[in-house]
Amino acid sequence: MTGHCKLALALTGAAIIWQWQPAAAQELTIMATGGAWQAALRQAWFEPFAKKMGVKFNEQEYLGDLGKIKAMVETGNVPVDLVTVEKSTVLQGCDAGVLIRLDYSKIADRSRFLPGTALDCGVGIDVYGDVLAYDTTVLKEAPTSVLDIFDTKKFPGKRAMRKAPAQNLEWALMADGVPIADIYKVLATPAGVDRAFKKLDTIKKDIVWWEAGAQPPQLLASKEVVMTTAWNGRIQNAIDNDKRPFAIVWKNQIVEYDMIAIPKGAKNLDLAYKYLSYAAQPEVSAQLGRYIPYGPVLKDATPFIPKDVLPKLPTAPDHMTSYLVGDVEFWGDHGEDLVKRFNAWLAQ
Amino acid sequence: MSLAAAAPMVIAKGRSEGLRPLLLVAPLLLLLLLSFGLPIAALLSRAFYEPMIANALPRTSAALSSSSGAGVPDDQVFRALAADLAAAQAAERVYEFAKSFNVRLPGARSQMLRAARAAAQDSSINKEGLIRAAPLLGDERCWAAIRAGVNRFTTFFLLNAFDLRWSDQGSIVSAPIEQAVFVRVFGRTFLIAALVTLATLALAFPLAYLISNLRPAMAGAVLVLVLLPFWTSILVRTAAWTVILQKFGLLNDALLWLGLAQDRLELMYSRAGLIIAMTHIQLPFTLLPIYSVMRSMQPSQLRAAQSLGARPLTAFWKVYLPQVTPGVLAGGLLTFILCLGYYITPALIGGASDQLISNFIANYVNVELNWEMAAALSFVLLTSTIGLYALMTHYLGLDLFKMG
Repeated sequence: MTGHCKLALALTGAAIIWQWQPAAAQELTIMATGGAWQAALRQAWFEPFAKKMGVKFNEQEYLGDLGKIKAMVETGNVPVDLVTVEKSTVLQGCDAGVLIRLDYSKIADRSRFLPGTALDCGVGIDVYGDVLAYDTTVLKEAPTSVLDIFDTKKFPGKRAMRKAPAQNLEWALMADGVPIADIYKVLATPAGVDRAFKKLDTIKKDIVWWEAGAQPPQLLASKEVVMTTAWNGRIQNAIDNDKRPFAIVWKNQIVEYDMIAIPKGAKNLDLAYKYLSYAAQPEVSAQLGRYIPYGPVLKDATPFIPKDVLPKLPTAPDHMTSYLVGDVEFWGDHGEDLVKRFNAWLAQ
Repeated sequence: MSLAAAAPMVIAKGRSEGLRPLLLVAPLLLLLLLSFGLPIAALLSRAFYEPMIANALPRTSAALSSSSGAGVPDDQVFRALAADLAAAQAAERVYEFAKSFNVRLPGARSQMLRAARAAAQDSSINKEGLIRAAPLLGDERCWAAIRAGVNRFTTFFLLNAFDLRWSDQGSIVSAPIEQAVFVRVFGRTFLIAALVTLATLALAFPLAYLISNLRPAMAGAVLVLVLLPFWTSILVRTAAWTVILQKFGLLNDALLWLGLAQDRLELMYSRAGLIIAMTHIQLPFTLLPIYSVMRSMQPSQLRAAQSLGARPLTAFWKVYLPQVTPGVLAGGLLTFILCLGYYITPALIGGASDQLISNFIANYVNVELNWEMAAALSFVLLTSTIGLYALMTHYLGLDLFKMG
């Protein structure tokens, strides 16, 4: 036997022994949409859960795109156990068969969740607001409603909006005089869609489009735009932590929910369910607000919200004077069509 | 894309011993075919082959083929549809079917889900019952979509890529103006690629000439300056351009300070900014093939031409340029083809009306999960690129395989 062979044998042996090491601590991998929000999730939930259960919590970041999850599921290689997704993405992922249908007996009683936050394939994480934000040192006169984004006379300059039809079409109809209660009824008709796009036409050349939640504070900070639509927590984070002179306009906000789901083929299914049931405890659910001002989706969590957090939440009484709750079912039915229409409109 | 691909390649062919080299590279070719060709073919085939609806509706498909005529069919077909939907509901496959049907008939998703729920609850449901649950099923358009859908091979997505569709009368018509997007985007993609190619040629030609005439040490130093950004990731370079181009960025500050501009220019999220950034990123791809040809030129040829009485310009035009043309065409073609596939830079620097076809393909893959549409758009992009390449080689006498 030559030296090389001996060495190879020894290495193979070592490799086998290495494989037989006792199994490492359990691991749970989550793929989330990053930024200040994911940092808050980590502090409020991931780290306490990991400590409590003695597991390792791995994090990955992505853009919230279902394509990535679909590719994982279709190739049978699913390295994540939990994914954070938007509500409309939950419906789409359910339809496409890439998210598992949740067994709520392993999580919590469905009736404890706010309406529309305990879906078949996704469970709510938090409540956030789509709001308007601006830099107080740039705009001398404060906008009073999200709809002021359509007023280019009073507020000249570029404004940023999310590059998607959702929310923008709703706001366009509101700005065009449709009562909030009728928004989705009107938007379900071709004439209503035309009307919304016509309203958006009036500011089209002034719009900078953002795609990731971290962009609105950046666009404001670089003074690229004078105002932007945004998720309230990202702006609050820039105000509180980065000491930016930004302000939030709550009137006519659109209230939305973040969701979490399990992709089909997730390897640590039991642990994923354990995490979901852990986060569905009222006192745990209310913790997120300490790190980013998003509210809990559990009805019984309200008493646990820290007192200094409450006024910053989208659900604070002062902020609920004129608002719309985003309609998931509507976007499930019409999303694909409206996205195509929106892309065609962008390209014109 | 590596330097090797940009450098001229030599493949001997058409000789009797030509078969032996081919045998030597056969394993490599086979590997390329398996690891590269097959997955691409599999993905592109989704543009023509979409079996989801046919798979979900086998009984309906059979019932439809035995009954003749168009329009809303009779009760027998409805019963077959109810059985199909109930089976899909039981197998939890109805959602996938509803989604894929919604692509062909927007708004059909929730109606199909409702019809499936009704069919699962009541196994004896008839035509009236199904239409009551899902009014869309009483519509001719719905049945036209089902009849088209049960055919596994489809032209739906490819027609869509050209903003065309089948009318109810069975002829091809153009899509309504507010939904027609792709022809315009393809046109824009080719236009921007052409503009960037021209800009890089204008910069690369003199630069390559300069470098090829420098002393070797200097030439090396200048080449490194060109190549340094070439080795940096596109994302990083695009982000750097953001810092430079934004409204309160370096370029605007400099222009104002120098008094060259009165107002701050809108360079970010504009086509001007996009072309500047893309030109910078593509410059090495255009420059290197030109440089490699220029470096191999003998300066004595120009001197010989001049000694025979040619003026410098004539010598350049008649002797120098014809010999460097293959390098110029290769560099230009390489940049043009690479520009057709740009994705990150238009997404970050271009405005909403500067998105190229790749951004739409990415959107269909990542966000819409409509991979059939993504495949159709990719197919059009790929075939038009290959077609363009064939035209170039045919009319301009350029053959990348014969150069050098």
